[in-house]
Amino acid sequence: MSRIIIINLIRFVLLVFLQVFLLKNISLYNLSTPYLYILFILLLPFEIPNLLLFVLAFILGLSIDAFYDTPGLHAASCTLLAFVRVLFISITVQKDGFDNEPEPTLSIMGFRWFFTYALVLTLFHHFFLFNLEVFRFSELEYTLTRFILSSVFTVFLMLVSGLLFFRKKERK
Amino acid sequence: MRNLLIFITKYNAFFLFLIFEICSFVIYVKYNSFQKASFINSTNQVTGNLYDRADELKGYLTLREVNDNLIRENARLRNQLKSSLYIDTVSKKMVIDTNYKQQYEYISAKVINNSVNRRNNYITIDRGTNNGVAKGMGVTSDAGVVGKVIFVDKHMAIIQSLLHKDTRFSAMLANNKEIGYLEWGEEMNPHKGLLIDVSNNAQPKIGELVVTSDLSLFPAGIPLGKVSSLNAKGGGFFLNMQVNLAVDFSKLQYVYVIVNRFAKEQAGLEAQEKKNE
Repeated sequence: MSRIIIINLIRFVLLVFLQVFLLKNISLYNLSTPYLYILFILLLPFEIPNLLLFVLAFILGLSIDAFYDTPGLHAASCTLLAFVRVLFISITVQKDGFDNEPEPTLSIMGFRWFFTYALVLTLFHHFFLFNLEVFRFSELEYTLTRFILSSVFTVFLMLVSGLLFFRKKERK
Repeated sequence: MRNLLIFITKYNAFFLFLIFEICSFVIYVKYNSFQKASFINSTNQVTGNLYDRADELKGYLTLREVNDNLIRENARLRNQLKSSLYIDTVSKKMVIDTNYKQQYEYISAKVINNSVNRRNNYITIDRGTNNGVAKGMGVTSDAGVVGKVIFVDKHMAIIQSLLHKDTRFSAMLANNKEIGYLEWGEEMNPHKGLLIDVSNNAQPKIGELVVTSDLSLFPAGIPLGKVSSLNAKGGGFFLNMQVNLAVDFSKLQYVYVIVNRFAKEQAGLEAQEKKNE
């Protein structure tokens, strides 16, 4: 249990730092900006209580906001992300299987499930984030392009990191 | 009431979502519409500090580039300094005289490298073939003989200093014209030389001037030094004496390269003579 907490704590710090000091500066043609930090919420264990999940998502969003100078923006998107995550998991994963599958990682859940999971959650998060950021419909086309391309970039980075930390033994 | 509680617990995720989402929106609308310095932005001490650190790190990463730029800038500025300009116009001292044909020309040069504390010392000057310096020419300073040119490039020349074990100049005592050779002493003192192979007939006095003879590659009469002691070792058929050198080699700054206009002619003649023998 304590191991899970420590791992998630490290992951939190690492992802925030990665996002703020590296990915913040990366932008392909001003269109595609990855927001990899949401991987933290994606990889939280299945059994996590809803309250804790939302609190963590909120705190993560606020920490990112603190660095991006956009108080509330990422917090709102992360809260939405947490909600979508709860829905998605309740639909796709059987409650019984939780005992031996603690975390929704790529190595445990397999490529197909993880890809769908990451894609759906990222799309929701990014769509909400970009539209909230622009806050008007007049630039919808540009916003949508950014949203799609950024989502592709983010999901790509998620899969890469999933493969980087792939552990073969865990998959039956 | 009970039903309401059951309803809420059943759909707790949705209600939690609502609560946090509303919080976020409140923050978002409140702080972003005013864009004032607030506790959640980069003026905050924690994030500001972290940004400072990251900036410092970035500064280190670009140090090389900054250094390169500074060096380039320095070089550019130095190039504009007067001291780095290579003065191309050489003032050759020449007197036009119709009675006498000029035999010697003087080319002024600046010493750019020098040594006095080795067994064989060399001096580098900033004149070369472009200015008329050639191998074998004599070099003097305002005080006296310095050495002779041994290597020449376009803009530079290397002089084999008098302080060299192979340097040997024909010299004579100024008063009674007795001829001998001047070379550097064995004890490696940059102020002492040896006048050797002077005939026994000479009666040198201490303090007598030693000058270049007519046989050297210098004009006759350029000072080499002053006799400092007579009882130098050696002797036999010839007199050897110690000489205080006229030039202070350690303080050498400007020298003159002496062009002997007849040097080629002389060398040609002497070569012919050798061939005939």
